[in-house]
Amino acid sequence: MIDHGKIEKNLGLMLVMVLLAISMGGLVEIVPMFFIKGTIEDVKTPEGVKMVHPYTALEQRGRDIYIREGCYLCHSQMIRPFRDEAMRYGHYSLAAESQYDHPFQWGSKRTGPDLARVGKKYSNEWQVQHLIAPRSMVPESVMPNYPWLLNTPLDYSDVGDRMAALRITGVPYSNSKEEYDRNVKDFGADVAKQLHIPDAQKNLIEQAKTGNYDGNPADVTEMDALVAYLQVLGTMVDFSKFDNDSFVKYR
Amino acid sequence: MASVAIGSSEQYNYDIVRKFTIMALIWGAVGMLVGVLIASELAWPFINFDIPYITFGRIRPVHTGAVIFGFGGSILFATSYYVVQRTCQTRLLSDALASITFWGWQVIIVLAALGDVLGYSQGREYAEMEWPIDLLIAVVWVTYAIIFIGTLMKRKEPHIYVANWFYLAFILAVALLHIFNNLAIPVSLTKSYPLFSGAQDAMVQWWYGHNAVGFFLTAAFLGMMYYFVPKQAGRPIYSYRLSIVHFWALIFMYMWAGTHHLHWTAIPDWSSTLAATFSIMLLMPSWGGMINGIMTMSGAWDKLRTDPILRFLIVSLSFYGMSTFEGPMMSLKDVNALSHYTDWTIGHVHSGALGFVAMISFGTIYHMLPRLWDTKMFSTKLINAHFWLATIGTLMYITAMWISGIMQGLMWRAYDDFGNLQYSFAESVAAMHPYYVMRMLGGAVFLVGMLLMLYNCFMTISQAKKVPAGGLAVGAA
Repeated sequence: MIDHGKIEKNLGLMLVMVLLAISMGGLVEIVPMFFIKGTIEDVKTPEGVKMVHPYTALEQRGRDIYIREGCYLCHSQMIRPFRDEAMRYGHYSLAAESQYDHPFQWGSKRTGPDLARVGKKYSNEWQVQHLIAPRSMVPESVMPNYPWLLNTPLDYSDVGDRMAALRITGVPYSNSKEEYDRNVKDFGADVAKQLHIPDAQKNLIEQAKTGNYDGNPADVTEMDALVAYLQVLGTMVDFSKFDNDSFVKYR
Repeated sequence: MASVAIGSSEQYNYDIVRKFTIMALIWGAVGMLVGVLIASELAWPFINFDIPYITFGRIRPVHTGAVIFGFGGSILFATSYYVVQRTCQTRLLSDALASITFWGWQVIIVLAALGDVLGYSQGREYAEMEWPIDLLIAVVWVTYAIIFIGTLMKRKEPHIYVANWFYLAFILAVALLHIFNNLAIPVSLTKSYPLFSGAQDAMVQWWYGHNAVGFFLTAAFLGMMYYFVPKQAGRPIYSYRLSIVHFWALIFMYMWAGTHHLHWTAIPDWSSTLAATFSIMLLMPSWGGMINGIMTMSGAWDKLRTDPILRFLIVSLSFYGMSTFEGPMMSLKDVNALSHYTDWTIGHVHSGALGFVAMISFGTIYHMLPRLWDTKMFSTKLINAHFWLATIGTLMYITAMWISGIMQGLMWRAYDDFGNLQYSFAESVAAMHPYYVMRMLGGAVFLVGMLLMLYNCFMTISQAKKVPAGGLAVGAA
């Protein structure tokens, strides 16, 4: 029998044993996920281009606004492999789809619906009107009004810095020609253009203009950024290129 | 603040305990008030009056931060400093360091709340604070660890009392969780990006999030229980052997359970199953704690008829037992398939938070106050009123959430005769309204109890100089 009294009288021993006891769970459950290959699915087009790519400068700024306003507290971004969720939201979410999400925003509550595949489900006009006054589009909604998004110009002066920080975490934004070329190979030329940090501000302004997310092509507003982000959610993987059960093996 | 004995001439440093106890009362009231506000916003969305700083998304973390870290944190600092000194029969290692933890902690709570309303958030639940605040937390926490461990090293009693095992595990675990969950690359003073992403980030966040509950809100408060229940009951802890077994089992198992927050999401199935298994097993050491606390009443059950403080302590353990049964049930993957994303999760959180954490803190504060200020409680009747308000408020809250949560889960998965989804999402939102109102009312009842406590304690402290202690101040009818 262990004499627990020995542990109670020896603080050093107690400290060591407590540290051991509390470290095991994390080591066994989390560490392997960085080394097991199937944790993040390899999702490529038939030509070998990676379907999931990092957010463009404008989309990333929109994501930062999503985080700022705490949208994740009422909206999830994680569709589960259930029939009713497939009908309501679409294909269940793959780990690959959020691999560049720093932080992940899978959410833990659905006061409002899941947004994992809300991209292109509604028009830009719907999104803007809903964000300004949710109850004008959905009378039952309890979502706050966000009218200031339309009136607030987007501060994109530091978008390069943001992408640079994300690059350090491992998101493949490019700084050099080599990295740019690598991205062309991995993601295709169009996407690679959007991932180049030196062109970030230029790309952001251009995307806001051509996208015209907030209905006002002249200014770049926070609404532009947020809607640009919402409209890309869940659209990167073309599930029509895969069999129904292609991804089950990864689970 | 009136105090009969001057700080440094006391055998123990009670000044720090008094300070933290007062702040626990204040943060409790503030946090619960914000809770009622956000509950109202969900029932009547216009209540934010289109002010960006008080939309639900921005002030929900103000609520969680104020109640967990402001109220919970302060009472844990207060009681751990109180208990470690008395059980080791030695003064705290350093008054100056203890002061740093007090002022540092208050600054952290205020900065965190400011950051939340201004939108400076990492987007991680219960860890929204950006990196400068995280660094401050690390400094305060290391200081706290130094004080607690240093005081244990100075102990006159060779055996470390069981309450201190729990406080120690809590301090070490929170340090571990805080460091790994907040690893980030800064962009500016107010913005950073977490080091991890996607599925791996989810695992780290919920390893943290669940064990913030497991160690901050459970293990530490069990430490509190192990001191204040036997003291108030005037009885020894029921079983030494049980305390050993359930302590080690609890701190070991809790760290594996976090992934039950991620069932059916894009994580590997094996980690989900592993978490569910450990979550079920966790029921045993949790109930070990509940049993040990409640059975300590052996030979003193009659005191429950007359002592509202004991009622707080013992009823809190009943809620703890209920919550730690509900939790493992909700960790089963098939149950979780219904409960995840619904209000049931919120109900579960609050049965533990209101029923266990808050109520044991209330009982503890009422126990400590007369001793800390060397006086009698201003009103025992108010303590009793508070007990009933707290209990009823909690029950209203969790009942509302059980109904709304299960209803949501069922509505989302309901099919009509043609195999189409029966309800639009908006219809499920509309169905929630009466329960959101009921939940707000339950929270309001709980808040009224808290405000009564604030008044009672304030009156007690004000009269402290004038009214002598006269022996055991509370506990008699």
